[in-house]
Amino acid sequence: MHHVIVGAGPAGVIAAETLRRKSLVDSITIIGNEPYPAYSRMAIPYLLAGDVAEEGTYLRHAENHFSDLEIDILNESVTAVAPTDKSVSLSNGESVTYDRLLLATGASAIRPPISGMDSPRVHNCWTLSDAHKLLHDVNAGDRVVLLGAGFIGCIVLQALVEMKLDLTVIELADRMLARMMDDPGGRMIKTWCEAKGVKVRTGAEAIAVEERDGALEITLGDGSSIAADHIVCAAGVRSNIDFLAGSGINFDHGILVDNHLQTNIEGIYAAGDVAQGPDLSTGEQQVHAIQPTASEHGRIAGSQMAGEAVPYGGSLSMNVLNTLGLITSSFGLWDGVDGGDRVASEDQTYNRYLRLEFREDVLIGALAIGLTQHVGILRGLVQTGVRLGAWKRRLMSDPSQIMHAYLACVQGSRA
Amino acid sequence: MYKSLLIDPAKCTSCLQCELACSFENEGLFNPAKSRIKVFEFEHGLTTIPYTCTQCEEAWCLHACPVEAITVNPNTGAKEVSDSICVGCKVCTIACPFGTVNYNSSTGKVMKCDLCGGDPQCAEVCPTGAIVYVDSDWTGYSKMRDSALEAHA
Repeated sequence: MHHVIVGAGPAGVIAAETLRRKSLVDSITIIGNEPYPAYSRMAIPYLLAGDVAEEGTYLRHAENHFSDLEIDILNESVTAVAPTDKSVSLSNGESVTYDRLLLATGASAIRPPISGMDSPRVHNCWTLSDAHKLLHDVNAGDRVVLLGAGFIGCIVLQALVEMKLDLTVIELADRMLARMMDDPGGRMIKTWCEAKGVKVRTGAEAIAVEERDGALEITLGDGSSIAADHIVCAAGVRSNIDFLAGSGINFDHGILVDNHLQTNIEGIYAAGDVAQGPDLSTGEQQVHAIQPTASEHGRIAGSQMAGEAVPYGGSLSMNVLNTLGLITSSFGLWDGVDGGDRVASEDQTYNRYLRLEFREDVLIGALAIGLTQHVGILRGLVQTGVRLGAWKRRLMSDPSQIMHAYLACVQGSRA
Repeated sequence: MYKSLLIDPAKCTSCLQCELACSFENEGLFNPAKSRIKVFEFEHGLTTIPYTCTQCEEAWCLHACPVEAITVNPNTGAKEVSDSICVGCKVCTIACPFGTVNYNSSTGKVMKCDLCGGDPQCAEVCPTGAIVYVDSDWTGYSKMRDSALEAHA
């Protein structure tokens, strides 16, 4: 049996390792199209900040990790999938046949469709190659505009500040981290960033970029403009699905997969940022594009491909982020549901915020700022759907009791 | 056979020696805020529960780590964080559904129980036997829960 895995990010690598643990005889090939050992995009900001060397971004550190596991690595781009022939076409004109196929092609950075974004002074911050170009072109003291203050934008923001740049953040939405933080939380983060010397403009749309005299002029929707030496674009990512045209594999924003991570074609699976798979909270198919889901997908896809047809309940959307020292996390349905209950506590002096969302007496989502101890129990409570009983009432009056509620309800200790 | 920490909350007097020993062993200072084991008090101290990583089989933290900074110590079975590899992204802190991996703002890395390399200081100093280090047959998540339930039934 030959397993072919397209994509050498966390989902692809973990799937290959899981397969190898479960089968010593099958052959496994990972096809990746970047000229580096398998690495983690999550670690790139720490490379930019100078915290780690390039090797520090690698997914695995042992020199012969993949050859020791008899996992073949092929450095090529896959241009098409032909399920009828059970083969994938490569950009060098050759093809590779498979018995089972995993598509873990990840996502790519997108840029807003405005003029001037093709300037070499506009950078992405998504791949190792992007990081090399940024480190080469941008110098301490340069005026840099960061386009986008979502999850990725805010991780990059931290690195750009550590690179000692004169930074202005432009965000289209009315708050920072619009998809993982509510209004009070977003305001707290913005105030925090401004206090650290970062200029933040929310509700601002860049409508044109012009390169003039070796610098950029960014025109905003309100008619104002900002001069900058460089733009770093963190306007979002999009699943890499273009190569699927004509393959018969169903996709929407990402590749549609069921609760076995299998596509509509038997024997073809998808995992990680390219997969639009079951969401634990909603039961709907969603692209998560987060590290925890990628690693979970990798393990599940690997098990499925090895023949363990155990369905799974979906992945939990969650994020954790350090914005200039302010630690933020979000879990599940943090914006609540109709008929649910909500409690939030905010301490602006100490920059702490905790919001809990319930359906009946079950925690279904949470937001936290400034919480670094035992934060994982928020996942535990949402994921297990444990009934909180009398503890829900206590939490509604004092959400900071959440760890006690967890110990009492999940670990079986008495209230 | 691996050994594990067996925690019996019924024997805990909330003296917090475990927290002090842990922070001193691992961080070089007597600071409960830097301890990897934490004693939680209920009903104003009437009930106290020492709580730390069970070195679970599932190892959510290890699998979620994007840079292989968490590995299994083959001698103890502990899931250990390598400070030199950890980039401080904190993904493990939200991935662990037991909440036993914490961010350490002093180092910019995460920290969790590593069983002190096979000589856990919390068990060493516990004066009442509420924390003991025994063969794994005796522990595990369900045993801990059963013992907690039994103690407070």
